[in-house]
Amino acid sequence: MRIYLQLFFEFCRVGLFSVGGGLATIPFLTDLGNRTGWFTSGQLADMIAISESTPGPMGVNMATYVGFTSGGMLGGVISTLGLIFPSIVVILIIAQFLQKFRQSKVVDGIFYGLRAASVALITAAMLQVARIALLCPAQGPESAFTSYPNWPPIALAVAVFVCVKYTPLKKVHPIFFIIASAVVGVAFSF
Amino acid sequence: MLLLDLFLTFAKMGAMTFGGGYAMLPILQREVVEKKKWATEDQLADYYAVGQCTPGIIAVNTATFVGASQAGIPGGIVATLGVVFPSILIILAIAAFLSGFMHLEAVAHAFNGVRAGVVALILVSIIKLFKGAVKDWPTRIIYTLVLALAAAGNFVTLPAATSAGVAAVWNLATSPVFLVILSGVIGLVIRMAKGGLKS
Repeated sequence: MRIYLQLFFEFCRVGLFSVGGGLATIPFLTDLGNRTGWFTSGQLADMIAISESTPGPMGVNMATYVGFTSGGMLGGVISTLGLIFPSIVVILIIAQFLQKFRQSKVVDGIFYGLRAASVALITAAMLQVARIALLCPAQGPESAFTSYPNWPPIALAVAVFVCVKYTPLKKVHPIFFIIASAVVGVAFSF
Repeated sequence: MLLLDLFLTFAKMGAMTFGGGYAMLPILQREVVEKKKWATEDQLADYYAVGQCTPGIIAVNTATFVGASQAGIPGGIVATLGVVFPSILIILAIAAFLSGFMHLEAVAHAFNGVRAGVVALILVSIIKLFKGAVKDWPTRIIYTLVLALAAAGNFVTLPAATSAGVAAVWNLATSPVFLVILSGVIGLVIRMAKGGLKS
């Protein structure tokens, strides 16, 4: 019972503080994994990949998946309900005075600072996933400074980045790159 | 039955959206504006813009708005439950299925590849978001500070001898919730200092 309450509460926090789409939930989920030990950054990376390649908003998929990993079927349902709970409350309130909210200079000022922080948090979360994905596991006490580069995945990451950023392949859905990465991983025994 | 219609329509949209809330806009336009006429093009643009800068997932926020506009509070709740319903079913099925295969070596190799690909995809999204959000000196400083603190929180393990007080301050200063709130306050203060709050 306690795990379900905790999942609901934790995902309410995620829903309340992640602003601007599914990617913004990732820093809060890495934080959750670090604090509770329910899942590792590597598992989180797998969950991101699956959430991006299945139907449904990515943030919702992430909540269901993380909830399932931490607390089974019911955990998945409860985490998703926790994630959407603050949204429903906040939006139902804002819906009463939508125009005022849109034109408010105070709201605009808050989001001026908040959006920059949100991007920074996503960057930090990406670095944590990158450490798991692109570095060999450290010997001895775990630290970013005792691990060393794992070249094949680095080459794959660079190749995907260049394709998505600089070639006509950027129009292709991300699911294509995720499947291609899986194939490369199996073919070269990553 | 309007509530059932809201639930089913949003469930259908949830099942058709791949990726983030941004992928949902064209589908919302077709279903909500053209087919059901629950909102005009302008109203939908308003909902979407506010949905982006309020807490939570954009797709969820927009669903709550449209549902509430049609059937009040029950409408908002039902539409939102509809949009997440397919995700719950699909992800639970996949997660339950995959958990039986995770120990296979080939699956481990596949996910090691996928993790590398995901890093690249997230980086591309970050660059897009960065261009929109970090445009001047104050936002550059906020970005750098928050990144440094959050990364330090993720990577640095405090020595066991650290006193409880220092550890508590450290945990607070590197927690994403604290950093989000602090940046919102700093943004507001900067705008006030520039005298931009009087319309």
